Amino acid sequence: MPEVLKAPLVVEFPFTRSLGPVQSAFLTGLRERVVLGVRTGDGRTLVPPVEYDPVTAEEIHDLVPVAPTGTVTTWAWNHAPRRGQPLATPFAWVLVRLDGADTALLHALDAPGPDAVRTGMRVRIRWAAERVGAITDIACFEPHTGEPEPPGGGLDALAHDPVTGIVAPARLDYTYSPGRAQSAYIAGLSARRTVGERCPSCRKVYVPPRGACPTCGVPTAERVEVGPRGTVTTFCIVNIKAKNLDIEVPYVYAHIALDGADLALHGRIGGIPYDQVRMGLRVEPVWTEGARHPDHYRPTGEPDADYDVYKELL
Amino acid sequence: MTREEPPGRRDVAVVAFAQTDVARTTDELSEVEMLMPVLHSVLERTGLKTADIDFTCSGSSDYLAGRAFSFTLALDGVGAWPPISESHVEMDGAWALYEAWTKLLTGDADTALVYSYGKSSPGSLRDVLTRQLDPYYVAPLWPDSVALAALQAQALIDAGDTDEPALAAIGARSRRTATLNSHAQLRGSVPQGDYAVRPLRTGDCPPVGDGAAAVVLAAGERARELCSRPAWIRGVDHRVEAHSLGVRDLTDSPSTRLAAQRAGAFDRPVDTAELHAPFSSQEVVLRKALRLDDSVRVNLSGGALAANPVMAAGLIRIGEAAARIHRGDSDRALAHATSGPCLQQNLVAVLEGEPR
Repeated sequence: MPEVLKAPLVVEFPFTRSLGPVQSAFLTGLRERVVLGVRTGDGRTLVPPVEYDPVTAEEIHDLVPVAPTGTVTTWAWNHAPRRGQPLATPFAWVLVRLDGADTALLHALDAPGPDAVRTGMRVRIRWAAERVGAITDIACFEPHTGEPEPPGGGLDALAHDPVTGIVAPARLDYTYSPGRAQSAYIAGLSARRTVGERCPSCRKVYVPPRGACPTCGVPTAERVEVGPRGTVTTFCIVNIKAKNLDIEVPYVYAHIALDGADLALHGRIGGIPYDQVRMGLRVEPVWTEGARHPDHYRPTGEPDADYDVYKELL
Repeated sequence: MTREEPPGRRDVAVVAFAQTDVARTTDELSEVEMLMPVLHSVLERTGLKTADIDFTCSGSSDYLAGRAFSFTLALDGVGAWPPISESHVEMDGAWALYEAWTKLLTGDADTALVYSYGKSSPGSLRDVLTRQLDPYYVAPLWPDSVALAALQAQALIDAGDTDEPALAAIGARSRRTATLNSHAQLRGSVPQGDYAVRPLRTGDCPPVGDGAAAVVLAAGERARELCSRPAWIRGVDHRVEAHSLGVRDLTDSPSTRLAAQRAGAFDRPVDTAELHAPFSSQEVVLRKALRLDDSVRVNLSGGALAANPVMAAGLIRIGEAAARIHRGDSDRALAHATSGPCLQQNLVAVLEGEPR
């Protein structure tokens, strides 16, 4: 068993989401320090508001302001905050039923320790200094000892410049391991060798190997070195420059059946004008110093392969 | 049975079940490499080959793999060469089994292979699972799966339904019974540990692990040919709670109760129950919703507190229940699967063996 390969893999993107009328009003309200609930047909007030009654599925849109003060309905002490959570210091997760609401809102409660938190305690919204129309406009909740406060003012501001969308950034960190078959393939590349795996049943050689024959559904284990030369089975001409890719357009991207392989892999074709690349062209890999895979493939100068030789690999 | 069956409904059974050992990491294996021994094992038990299977359905999640369409790579393991009748759910394999069951009920297929897998080890599961939450009001706060379960546990404690020692006893019992389950990740005595998110301690939380499972379903006579004592599926139903946590009574699970009722669970007593309760507090909720008393053997496999491979743990509950019927250790068993925070979605299956 070769050493297990690992590499960091970060998946990160901003989700751009549009809002319906109810969510738009709610998040606009938060920006103006007003919390809005939505009234259901049976007279309950849901906070945070939704567009459909969760019991009857009736469409609802009757918005009413509720207080910035409320009562904790359940809580959990988080002694080790994680990335992205509302507070960087230990805090309580809380469900809070705001005064005037019949349901509870999830958020964080800033408290000195778990002994300072209990179900039934009174809390108040602490607004973020800068508010943009997002749930994080509520920085957190804080303990509150006074009377229920009236709903916030500023309702007039809600009609002006409503929030119609949010951008929700998401980032997840992984440590990617390619598994047994692909590790062997990558280890082979480090010695500039291309290693596939042969199916014990249909005898096809897969490259890069994934550890299974997709036709027969059986594990593949027999390693077979293929190439380095191969045949262009099909190709396309790329005319759009990819971001962060230092290759001039137009260039050719091709399927290449390496000699001895029963599956074409893909790579870029260089060393020949783009409009002279053709099916059957014989190519070989070009390695650059320190690279972990061929930079591109170039013509070998051999005569083109006969169509019958590669027609099964298209 | 007093419940009326639709006329002419076919009998469908679980005829084979296999699962991997569940481990904290399986870096040396890709998903398909982890899955393949299980697929071959479950087929071997029936004598079927991949080409004999009429319908294949799988469950998994791209968010675990950190990659789009990740299930297509695992499909290599079943010889998915066209034409193949195949489907996938971005959920626990229990829901894939539901789809396969309905497919067999229509008569379009006589046999089905259902599998699911999850490798939690490449990422941080607590963070990954935040991405399934309401993206407008909840996900931007990044409340992790343990935190949300802890809110539910505190609600149960406040309601007088349980307390911390009782929760600890559930975890301890699960790991004790898991000593008989060689596939389980945590077996025997495990310290109750420090608070993960209070009031839940590490002992109240499921181990994070990688694993896979597969079952074969067959209809009517085909099931009898493939298995000496088929685990006949008498009913399956799945229901979902309101999306917003603050709308729900976290101490109850009406969706589980309704699913159980529709699956026929309350028509006659069950002798065995496999509950997918990743957190000790959730077993309290499920026992109440399913009206399980001490006469029912609950989670003899050790349940999710002993091994919780995400996306496979629910299918494993059905598989474990079926395997007990296959072996003659149970005559009527209930299996439950859950998905989402605080028992958001719940599936209940009722399985029966014929009189011996």
